[in-house]
Amino acid sequence: MQIEMENNKDIVFLTGDLGFNALEPLHQSFPDRFINVGIAEANMIGIAAGLALTGKKVIVYSIASFLTMRPYEQIRNDICYHNLDVKIVGTGGGFNYSTHGITHHTIEDVAIMNVLPNMQVLCPTYSWEAREATKSMMKSKKPTYLRLGKSPKTNFFKPDFKFKIGRGFVIREGKDILLLVTGNILDCGMEIAEIIKNKTGLEMSVISMPSVKPLDKKLILETSKKVKLVATLEEHSLHGGLGSEVAMLLSQSHLPKLPFIPSALPDVFIKDVGSRDFLLNKAGLSPKKVAKNIIKKLGR
Amino acid sequence: MSYWSKTAETGSALCISDILAVLYFKILHINPKKPDDFDRDRFLLSKGHGASALYAALAERGFFSVDKLKKYRVNGGIFHGHPSKEVAPGIEISSGSLGHGLSIGAGMALVLKKSLPKRKVFVLMGDGECNEGSVWEATMFIASHKLNNVIAIIDDNGFQGFGKTSDVHTMDLATKFKAFGWQIFHVDGHNPVQLEKILNKAKTSSRPCVVIAKTITGKSIPNIENTLHAHYYIVDEKTHKNHHEK
Ligand SMILES: Cc1ncc(C[n+]2csc(CCOP(=O)(O)OP(=O)(O)O)c2C)c(N)n1
Repeated sequence: MQIEMENNKDIVFLTGDLGFNALEPLHQSFPDRFINVGIAEANMIGIAAGLALTGKKVIVYSIASFLTMRPYEQIRNDICYHNLDVKIVGTGGGFNYSTHGITHHTIEDVAIMNVLPNMQVLCPTYSWEAREATKSMMKSKKPTYLRLGKSPKTNFFKPDFKFKIGRGFVIREGKDILLLVTGNILDCGMEIAEIIKNKTGLEMSVISMPSVKPLDKKLILETSKKVKLVATLEEHSLHGGLGSEVAMLLSQSHLPKLPFIPSALPDVFIKDVGSRDFLLNKAGLSPKKVAKNIIKKLGR
Repeated sequence: MSYWSKTAETGSALCISDILAVLYFKILHINPKKPDDFDRDRFLLSKGHGASALYAALAERGFFSVDKLKKYRVNGGIFHGHPSKEVAPGIEISSGSLGHGLSIGAGMALVLKKSLPKRKVFVLMGDGECNEGSVWEATMFIASHKLNNVIAIIDDNGFQGFGKTSDVHTMDLATKFKAFGWQIFHVDGHNPVQLEKILNKAKTSSRPCVVIAKTITGKSIPNIENTLHAHYYIVDEKTHKNHHEK
C-alpha cells in the first residue's frame, strides 16, 4: 500500500479507528492522505464516496464485520450505485476474530457484497494472492471488496500463475474430484485432498478462487466436466457465497448432473467459545469431517 | 483473565472496573437470585470490549460463581471477549459492535417509564464509541421522549482504537450532550465515593443524564496506564504475579 500511495498521489486512505501496530508507517508517510475517520463506518463510506466523486481513489479499512454490515446502505447507494473507485478492505473475514465473539465473526460479508451490482469481491488466501489481489484491485477503477483473513503460512504459488481479477488457480491437479476453495481456508482444502487420497486413492483437484465476483466460470465448467463430484469450501455462510454461486452455475449449465457438496458454515450463530480452529471444527469444517462427507457421497 | 486466555482489551476493562463495582454493589436495583425479575434496573455494557470487567462484577455480585471466570476466551469456554446475552445470568444484551447500546436502552426505557417508573436504564459507552452517529440519534430520541430514566455513563479515558479521542474529534462530549438537552455530571471514574454520590443524584433528575467519568485506561498496571497500547495489552506473567501478591 505504501508503494501504491507513493506512485499515485490521488489515493486517500481512510480507517475506521483500526490499524494499531500496522498502519502507523502509512499514517506517518502520508499525513494528509491518511485519515482516521473514527468509529463511524457509515460516515466513512459516505466520505469515501464524496472523495471518489471528486477525483480520488479511496481505500477504506476496518474489521470486516463492521465495515460491510454497519454502512451497508451507504455501500449500495453511495459506492455501487455511483460505481465509484472505492476499495473496501475488511480484515478478519471468517472466524479470525475467534474468541472476540459473534459480533466480530464475519460470515455473511461475501453474500451481501456479492449481491451488489458493480461490486467486485476478492478473498485472497496466502501472501502471493493477497499481494497480487491488492495490486489488481488498485489498478481497477471498480468498487471492490477485499476480504482479508489470516494467511496460512504455506505458499501455494506456481511459476505460471498470473493474477487477474476473475481468474481461479489450480493448486493441485486431480482427475476424480474437484474442490473449489476461496479465502483463508485453502490449507484445509489441501489437507482434505490428502486425506481422500490416502483413504480412497482418489485424486482431488484443488482450485483456489481468490475472486468470487467475477467468478472464473470457464475454469469451473471445464474442470467439472472431467470429475465425479464437485465440492466447495469457504469460511462463510452456506448462503450467498462461493458454494451458492457454483451451485447456480452448475445447475444452469449443460453439464450432466453431478454430485455436489458445498462445505460452509451452517445458518446459525455459532456461540461456542474458542480459537478459529476450534470454531471451524464445531461448525463441521474440519478437514476430516469434510473429507468424510465427500467420501460418503461417492459411496466409498 | 487476560493472562489465562492470552487475550487483549485489558486496558479497556480495567478503566471501567471501579464504575462497575459501584454500580453492582451500590446503585443497581438487582437480585442475583432473580436475574430476570422484570422489576430491576438494567445495565447495558455498550462498549462490549470491556466484557471481562462485566463478567468479574457479575461473578463478585453472585450471579454466578467466580470459578466460571476461568472459562473466559478459552477453547470450550463460556465467555467471549464481548458479552453474549444467554451465556450467563445478568448479561442484559449481546454487544461488541460499538454504538448500539444507547438505542437499545432507549427502547427499554420507553417500556419501563410507563410500567416501572422507578427503574433506570444505565448504558456504559466509551468516549471513542461516541464517534458513532447512532449514539446521537439515540441521544435526540431520548431527549425528545423525555426519558429521564436513562443514565448514560461515558468512560472518558481519552483513547480509542487508533489514537487519542481528541485527535479524531475536537468537540467535547459535555457540550454536545448539553446541546441535546441532557443533564451533565462530571466524575472521577476511579473514586467510588464520588461515583456513588453522582449516580444517585442522576437517578433523581427530571432529564436524561450523562455521567462523564474521567478514567485511566489500563488503570492499576503502571507501565500501560494512559497509553493506546493498554487496549491491546495482554497481561504477562510478571504483572500477573505482582497483582496476585498484592
Ligand atoms: C462498530 C465498531 N467499529 C469498530 C470496532 C472496533 N473497536 C473495538 S474497541 C474500539 C475503540 C473503542 O474506543 P472507546 O470507545 O474509547 O473505548 P476504549 O478503547 O477507550 O476502551 C474499536 C475501534 C467495534 N467494536 N465496533
